[in-house]
Amino acid sequence: MTVPLTLLGLLERGPSHGYDLKRDYDAHFGRGKPLRYSQVYATLSRLARDGKAVAGPVEQGAGPERRRYVITDAGIGDVERWLAEPAPPEPDLQSDLFAKVVLALMLGRPANRYLDIQRAAHLQRMRELTDLKRDGETLDVLLADHAIYRLEADLRWIDHTAARLDLLSRAVRQ
Amino acid sequence: MDRPHRGPAGPALAGGTPVTADRTGTAKIIEARDLVKSFGETPALRGASLTVRQGEIVAVMGPSGSGKSTLLHCLAGILVPEQGEVWFGGQRLDTLSDDRRSALRRDRFGFVFQSGQLVPELTAEENVALPLLLSGTRRGPAMRAARDWFGALGLDGLEQRRSGELSGGQAQRVALARGLVGGPEVLFADEPTGSLDSVSGELVMDLLTAAAREHGTTVVLVTHDARVVAYADREVVVRDGKVTTLAGTRP
Repeated sequence: MTVPLTLLGLLERGPSHGYDLKRDYDAHFGRGKPLRYSQVYATLSRLARDGKAVAGPVEQGAGPERRRYVITDAGIGDVERWLAEPAPPEPDLQSDLFAKVVLALMLGRPANRYLDIQRAAHLQRMRELTDLKRDGETLDVLLADHAIYRLEADLRWIDHTAARLDLLSRAVRQ
Repeated sequence: MDRPHRGPAGPALAGGTPVTADRTGTAKIIEARDLVKSFGETPALRGASLTVRQGEIVAVMGPSGSGKSTLLHCLAGILVPEQGEVWFGGQRLDTLSDDRRSALRRDRFGFVFQSGQLVPELTAEENVALPLLLSGTRRGPAMRAARDWFGALGLDGLEQRRSGELSGGQAQRVALARGLVGGPEVLFADEPTGSLDSVSGELVMDLLTAAAREHGTTVVLVTHDARVVAYADREVVVRDGKVTTLAGTRP
């Protein structure tokens, strides 16, 4: 999963401190692997350097760096493009697509549409594999079958998720 | 293994659509516009639209209760929508009388359902000949036409069996032969592999798509199984009674 784009997505909800972004990232996407502060601040600096976000002035008060970051139009464009882009239909897509769906729901973007795009990419790959099986040697057919069954598992998850978007939406907006 | 040849299957058909040079023609064969259909208080279709081109194999996907079977039944003239229009080859279908729609279904459409639905009292061969017999073909020619399909679908030697004496996969191939025997312009299939194991299901899909390609038959296929969808030229998703065409790589 791509940490910079996920942080940028979280930033699209509104101006945030690095601390808030880390906390929300860990809660939604960390899954037992929390981000280090150094990683968060390094990522935010890079995003600011690349014009995807703007750092506000250092705020008064004690504690670690008190700076709020604001997403730029270029940053919003990056998030939008990333969400709408299907991941390569590989068996290990779960974490990437999961992040996209959760972010889309948080941001009120069309999660359903992103799932549809991914479904189409998966089905296209399955179609190629099915065509390949028609004239393939036995061993190639077996390999194609293996890929087909793994893609099918993803597709089931996609359908399952699509059917529960309302529920998920309520959960991530709490 | 219970697997005949995988190539294009099926004897020459009496009627049917001429095979186009291209895999799918550009002519529309079916067009549904803004279909609305309810069962009592429950809406099944809420403005569903779909265009199918001649010779195309289209998969209709969707979760249970999404309205995908209702859509198929409206396209095939089994159900009549409350609102909207269904066109088949330039003819409006939903405003025809019940008799005219029955005749259309019998003469120009073929059907395959989830579990073969063979008539248990009849032999496999008689089951396949049934659509021809019902549309007035005499017994001799009807049985000959039926028999031709047994070789094509790997069913040689099973002609005299009754449905209780066939495996699920064999029964479904007999049902497929019955759906194709009349040379339909459109084959409607509702979960055609739904009651089969994966190997039998794959064989049915191999044979179904090969026969459809060879004869230029248009296929509308309802399924929730992605492996079945992968045999189609394209897929649409029915969700909440509406049709979503996936933003895919295909036109």
